[in-house]
Amino acid sequence: MKLFEIVEDTISVEQVMRKVIHPNCGAVNLFVGTVRELTKGKKTLYLEYAAYKEMAEKQLERIGREIQEKCPEARVAITHRIGRLDISDIAVTIAVATPHRADSYEYSRYAIERMKEIVPIWKKEHWEDGEEWIGDQKEITPYPTGKPEIGGKDA
Amino acid sequence: MITIKLFAAMAEEAGKETIEMTWQEGMTTEDVKRWLAEQYPSLASRIPAAMVAVNQEFAAFANPLQDGDEVAFIPPVSGG
Repeated sequence: MKLFEIVEDTISVEQVMRKVIHPNCGAVNLFVGTVRELTKGKKTLYLEYAAYKEMAEKQLERIGREIQEKCPEARVAITHRIGRLDISDIAVTIAVATPHRADSYEYSRYAIERMKEIVPIWKKEHWEDGEEWIGDQKEITPYPTGKPEIGGKDA
Repeated sequence: MITIKLFAAMAEEAGKETIEMTWQEGMTTEDVKRWLAEQYPSLASRIPAAMVAVNQEFAAFANPLQDGDEVAFIPPVSGG
């Protein structure tokens, strides 16, 4: 069972969730990221995601380790889809199981924010009037912009 | 030989995702950046904004290289 995966097919949220369920954990928090049609009034037709797959999976594993350093009993699984995704398709699913609910909310949020800093995955917006690789997490400035904060010992 | 990997807009700009560069003793990631900017002037403005990874780990400034290393340019990410 692979806890941290880049896939090219539909993501089953249920399958990702099942990877983390454990007798010691009484909470599973699921984050599901889907393709949004409107961003600042601009209509997306579809998205294209690309990844540096081998490194992206390693970086997802690293996020899992970072969470376990903060909460040793946490169990984390993350699946991100790449390729062409249509509106409302699931792009990412994060499952975090912890003994108590507060930690599951906190580390689910941590995982998605961290993903937007250190995991080599990129999305390309396709609009009616053009296309563009998006280069930062705020979706305001087209890429290239500043560097992500990698933190930890690699910084 | 050093294998350079490009992604997203950088790959489109260069027209390829993988570029091979001849190995020279004592090379660092800074040499790869300079060489890439010379060979592909259209990438020059994007190189400073990209993080560099060596063998799939983020690398420090002027990271020393070895023959056979994979050097990837990681533009600001936008997954999730």
